Amino acid sequence: MRHRAIIWTALGGLSLLAGLFAGCPATKMAADQDAALKVYVPPGKYDEFYAFLSGGFSGQVSVYGLPSGRLLRIIPVFSVNPENGYGYSEETRPLLMTSNGFVPWDDSHHPELSQTDGVPDGRWLFINANNTPRIARIDLATFRTVEMLEIPHSGGNHASPFVTPNTEYVVAATRFSVPVPQRDVPIETYKQNFRGTITFVKVDPQTGRMDLAWQILMPGFNYDLAHAGKNVSDGWFFFSCYNSEQAYSLLEINASQRDKDFIAAVNWRLAEELISQGKGQRWSAEYYHNWFDERKQMAFSERKTEVIMLDPKEHPGLVYLIPCPKSPHGVDVDPSGEYIVGGGKLATVIPVYSFSKIQKAIQEKAFEGEIDGIPVIRYEAALHGEVQKPGLGPLHTEFDDKGFAYTSFFVSSEVVKWNPKTLEVVDRIPTYYSIGHLMIPGGDSKKPWGKYLLAMNKITKDRYLPTGPELLQSAQLIDISGQKMRLLLDFPTVGEPHYAQGIVADLVVQRQKKIYPLEENEHPHAVKREQDARVERRGNEVHVYMTAIRSHFMPDNIEGIRVGDVVYFHVTNLEQDWDIPHGFAIKGGTNAELLIMPGETLTLRWEPKKPGVYPFYCTDFCSALHQEMQGYVRVSPAGSNVPLAWNKPGQ
Amino acid sequence: MQRLGLPVLLLLLGLGMGCGGGSKAEQPAGGTDGTGVAARPLELEIGPIKEKLQLGPVDPTLAEQGKVIFEQKCTSCHKLDMRYVGPPLREVTLRRSPEYIMNMILNPEGMQERHPEVQKLVEEYMTKMTFQNVTEQEARAILEFLRQAAGEE
Repeated sequence: MRHRAIIWTALGGLSLLAGLFAGCPATKMAADQDAALKVYVPPGKYDEFYAFLSGGFSGQVSVYGLPSGRLLRIIPVFSVNPENGYGYSEETRPLLMTSNGFVPWDDSHHPELSQTDGVPDGRWLFINANNTPRIARIDLATFRTVEMLEIPHSGGNHASPFVTPNTEYVVAATRFSVPVPQRDVPIETYKQNFRGTITFVKVDPQTGRMDLAWQILMPGFNYDLAHAGKNVSDGWFFFSCYNSEQAYSLLEINASQRDKDFIAAVNWRLAEELISQGKGQRWSAEYYHNWFDERKQMAFSERKTEVIMLDPKEHPGLVYLIPCPKSPHGVDVDPSGEYIVGGGKLATVIPVYSFSKIQKAIQEKAFEGEIDGIPVIRYEAALHGEVQKPGLGPLHTEFDDKGFAYTSFFVSSEVVKWNPKTLEVVDRIPTYYSIGHLMIPGGDSKKPWGKYLLAMNKITKDRYLPTGPELLQSAQLIDISGQKMRLLLDFPTVGEPHYAQGIVADLVVQRQKKIYPLEENEHPHAVKREQDARVERRGNEVHVYMTAIRSHFMPDNIEGIRVGDVVYFHVTNLEQDWDIPHGFAIKGGTNAELLIMPGETLTLRWEPKKPGVYPFYCTDFCSALHQEMQGYVRVSPAGSNVPLAWNKPGQ
Repeated sequence: MQRLGLPVLLLLLGLGMGCGGGSKAEQPAGGTDGTGVAARPLELEIGPIKEKLQLGPVDPTLAEQGKVIFEQKCTSCHKLDMRYVGPPLREVTLRRSPEYIMNMILNPEGMQERHPEVQKLVEEYMTKMTFQNVTEQEARAILEFLRQAAGEE
């Protein structure tokens, strides 16, 4: 007993000492615990928000719950995904067709939720491919990529895919100016031959289907980001551009010469009117439109050959340029639509423009000149004011529901909270490290849910257990419900979390699809009853019409395949309950595996190269007898006369 | 952090436990209620069929509809005369009540969770049955087909 008392006294003394050395650990601990409680979502409970993070170089979208930071799903978009056969199965391959052929990867930057009346509506998520210029649409009922539109006359689709307040249009603008139309010219003829383009894509209000509406021929700058006007500025679209120097080598130095570059203000309602009057020129172009037909459960590709081009110098009032310090990234419109914030990444101020002053400047022709026939508005005439010395490297701004703006600063690695009206900085918080974009759910819409801010960071050295030279990037959740910002949570992300969108969960939950009803499955190779499972030979093509249900395939013994055959396994998952996928994989398959949802049909192509007997099996743990879910394919030499045969139900 | 974290978690746990509610006690299964009057069969508590069905003679048209649905949605796992993934169903209407069969089709998850007779089958067959997205009307048609298959008239 006495012994124990001594130990307790010693422990007590030690913790007192530790307390003295660590400053005020009790307060720090209480703060940590408070933060932990704020992000704690009990097992079995749902998060309050969905966050859709782009994967940057992963070409995907990752979906997280907030505030917990739990990873909910990774949606393959531009990158093939052998895990579930996306981009490998015959049904999904057409989605990745482009004018350059099949492109199995890309660099995905900016997710954008569809909006109704200026507020995210939980229907679709758009995302841009920065490399081979495309816009993809993801259906949030299924969390699947269902459409892909290639953008012609573009060198890389960066300023994209931002939407108008009722998702009338989704836009694209080229990061790299290129010869338009493309042709073989010396690079040093940049100023004569290289141009930029801005593209408006019409979105069908019912189906979400995209259709390239028009392009605008722009000066040969680099176009970076964009946002639509709303409320008072509805009908306008704003694009940031850098490299107004029109440099074509060592841009790091040569594109940073001028004090100011530009924000391009586009009157898209006027463009719509011009198009309806038949204005604009028909230009030849080559681009692909690919879409997934959910009934047929198959993607289709169409090659298109024409666009309508509007040249601003022929259409006064269509485009204006507004000077913006310096090499701007973000161009962000506040919820009222009156203030437009430029994120000049090399600037020492944040310029805030006033939409009403821009309109006045246009009326009074307060121009300082023109570029390629586009009037340049005087900086001061459009400016509401500048935030002085806000930090280093302002990139991107979003807004809360209490009238504040939050800007990310890459160089000084922080988030700064400020007031767009008074231009005063009211708070700042460090990020770990080197923040790029930030996201507030609904923070670029008319009605932000101003509770959390997600900082997306490029550098994470020393933040997590080390994993060799290559480290994951990160997101940090910041509480913005009070006057002072507070860091709550820090979690690693997939690829580069370049930008994100957030939405209150209910709007997405209520639209969820749980199965594909077999009755609606119009896949030409679907088998809806086990009795109809079969194998058919057409020349050297063999089509296996297979069913899967817990826990067997039908047929599961197939003979009469020959070396030189091309075998298509069309596998229909006959399950009709939520969360019962089956996998399909065959030994030596050089393609991928399949992951087939309930009621879905997917097709795997297989070309056996050697005689033998090849096992196939289910790769997704489906039941207690999952390990028994297997079969064999017998492959005979080319020219063999082994007859085509397979087993029937009950055999 | 960790030393203080535990009490906080315990506190949370305490609050959660103090909130009452939780899962309701299971209803006693079948049998009598002590007065000699038969209690409601348990299957009436598990699924959309909550009252005894009044069945007339077998309706051949309905049975034919049921056969089509049965072949589409059931035969991957159930044959009439042989043990397959699940039990043979030729005489199921002689073994089980119509309400049991309907609720098994319409709410297999609930039945497997709560009904002791179904739990015995899960232990024997080891593959759990899932919902096959059939409506109540379709389940009724399947029942009619099974009655006909059993030789009921």
